[in-house]
Amino acid sequence: MSGYSITEPSAGQKWFAGTLVAIYALVTLLPLAWIVATSFKSPADSIAYPPKVIFDPTVEGYVNLFTTRTRIPADQVDSLPPPANFAEQIVRDQGMMITGPSRYGARFLNSVIIGFGSTFLSIFLGTLAAYAFSRFRVPLKDDLMFFILSTRMMPPIAVAIPIFLMFRSLGLSDTHLGMILLYTAVNISLAVWLLKGFIDEIPREYEEAALIDGYTRFQAFYKVVLPQAATGIASTAIFCLIFAWNEYAFAVLLTSGVAQTAPPFIPTIIGVGGQDWPAVAAGATLFLIPVVVFTVLLRKHLLRGITFGAVRK
Amino acid sequence: MAEIVIRNLHKAFGDFVAVKESNFTVHDGEFFMLLGPSGCGKTTTLRMIAGLELPTSGQILLDGQDVAQVPASGRDIAFVFQMFALYPHMNVRNNISYPLRSQGVPRAEVRQRVDEVARILGIEDIIDRPVGGLSSGDRQRVALGRAIVRRPKAFLMDEPLGALDAEFRERMAEELRALHDRMGATTVYVTHDQLEAMQMGDKIVVMNHGVVEQWGKPQDIYDFPATMFVAEFIGSPPMNFLHFEASLEAGASVVFLSGARVPLPRLEMPTARGRYALGVRPEHVRLSDDAAFRGLVTATEYLGTTQIVSLATPNGDIKSRIPSGQRVQVGERVGLRFNTQTLSLFDAETGQALALDRASLAATGDSGKVRIHG
Repeated sequence: MSGYSITEPSAGQKWFAGTLVAIYALVTLLPLAWIVATSFKSPADSIAYPPKVIFDPTVEGYVNLFTTRTRIPADQVDSLPPPANFAEQIVRDQGMMITGPSRYGARFLNSVIIGFGSTFLSIFLGTLAAYAFSRFRVPLKDDLMFFILSTRMMPPIAVAIPIFLMFRSLGLSDTHLGMILLYTAVNISLAVWLLKGFIDEIPREYEEAALIDGYTRFQAFYKVVLPQAATGIASTAIFCLIFAWNEYAFAVLLTSGVAQTAPPFIPTIIGVGGQDWPAVAAGATLFLIPVVVFTVLLRKHLLRGITFGAVRK
Repeated sequence: MAEIVIRNLHKAFGDFVAVKESNFTVHDGEFFMLLGPSGCGKTTTLRMIAGLELPTSGQILLDGQDVAQVPASGRDIAFVFQMFALYPHMNVRNNISYPLRSQGVPRAEVRQRVDEVARILGIEDIIDRPVGGLSSGDRQRVALGRAIVRRPKAFLMDEPLGALDAEFRERMAEELRALHDRMGATTVYVTHDQLEAMQMGDKIVVMNHGVVEQWGKPQDIYDFPATMFVAEFIGSPPMNFLHFEASLEAGASVVFLSGARVPLPRLEMPTARGRYALGVRPEHVRLSDDAAFRGLVTATEYLGTTQIVSLATPNGDIKSRIPSGQRVQVGERVGLRFNTQTLSLFDAETGQALALDRASLAATGDSGKVRIHG
């Protein structure tokens, strides 16, 4: 045999690689772990110096995150009815009473609507466009593909002011629709390029077989191509969602009330009733969950998606 | 089942002409081969019959009805792809029943027809398996099943044996032919393998550079090639060409190769002075010491019952197929005699065969002198 052969890595090499990965994981996960830990600390523990690693966990941060409170004078405490639940008990212990829910829930819901809405729209439009680019003789195909890619060649925030003015005159400022359209516009180039790569890998014969079998072009696309492209669609969806979910700059600029997403809202929590770090950490922790769940659910597709094309042909 | 008539079919991709003004007819129930080297337009022709490509111009008559611009789903034709193209996300049963479900065939009938097809093809035991783990032979059968189950007007097959290994190909070729004979289905089959075409086909179309070079029964194409391309493409080793320059009169029944007299069937039309090629199949070249036309033996190749002898002659290198018992030495000079009846004459400029009156030979009995080695 000529050429090279693949040898099994030695135990030492495996140990070395394992250590590197473990260190990397530790470095990346430590800040996250600290945020999660902080969300369960009391305000005093959260700013203690030296920092406390062992502490008495409390859900005070979460209660504060979801409520608005007001301080009550000590002499009026006795005239109040007894606390109705554990949350009120916690607030009462701080010498305050709950006056209503906070806006976090609504902001979180905005993030869900805008994040998943724009992801769905990006994937929907991206899949159709990618299929057309992959299968049909589109005039100026290469130029169009380059044009689509070129929208990513500068940071989106560079066009923030024109977009701000456009949104204002179109009445899209601080609306769900406006944010969905904006994130879709940013994500669609990524979606078209990624999905075109995946669809290119699907042999045309499958669709042709379906056409011959008496199905229309759209049925062939829907029943044969889409199931084959599921891997690519899933991994593209993850990338789109992560961008839309985490986006901060446009959200700060273009939303203030109705359509404000969680990222610009979370920092504002800190100003309510002193430096409430546990409430901020609780907001960040809850905000992580949907993306983590979504990614874990589609993880198998994501891994296959990244190596897709490298192994076939 | 149906008759397919191809009339002036033309397909251009931009400046590139894939199929040029082609004409041929596939009769009802025929096993019809589209043969040619890669890039000759045979697959494009097949895809146009299927409706996967629309022709630039020309007609495709399916049972007398022009379907050239009808989409694939409206033609009721089955197609077997080279790479099978089984739907990877479905099991065998769903793959086979897929075309029936598009037609809205009732569930019970679908089940019964799929079972029947599975029995014909001997794949009942794998009917509920996913297609991913199947051997290539089983995939091939499933692909055939998907075609058969519809009872379509015609079957189109694009090198269906191309993806199989050599050992299995032969068996599958026999199975295919047997299946065809049992169902009597009009079949158009694309291949680049001339042996496969000769072995399986009722009729063959030979294509080259988008042009139909010849169309007819395998025997006719082998014996009387219409062009030098066909003569070279069909047969292994291919037909020999002996090049010479002459001007021939109508009625001429002899040519001179380097001064040696070689009889041939009577020429029907006179020719201008030019370059010509005398075509002779290797099995029709006989070594004979008393012949005037001579060649030098450069190599011999032993093939069991026969041997191939390579010879250098003043008019070009040729090969002869003779019984392996006959002793031939490399370096020996031998006389060469040809089976007159089977000679072809080509215009070497255009590559076209010249019409020869073979009936004239039968009358004089001139052909009887030469024994043909098969």
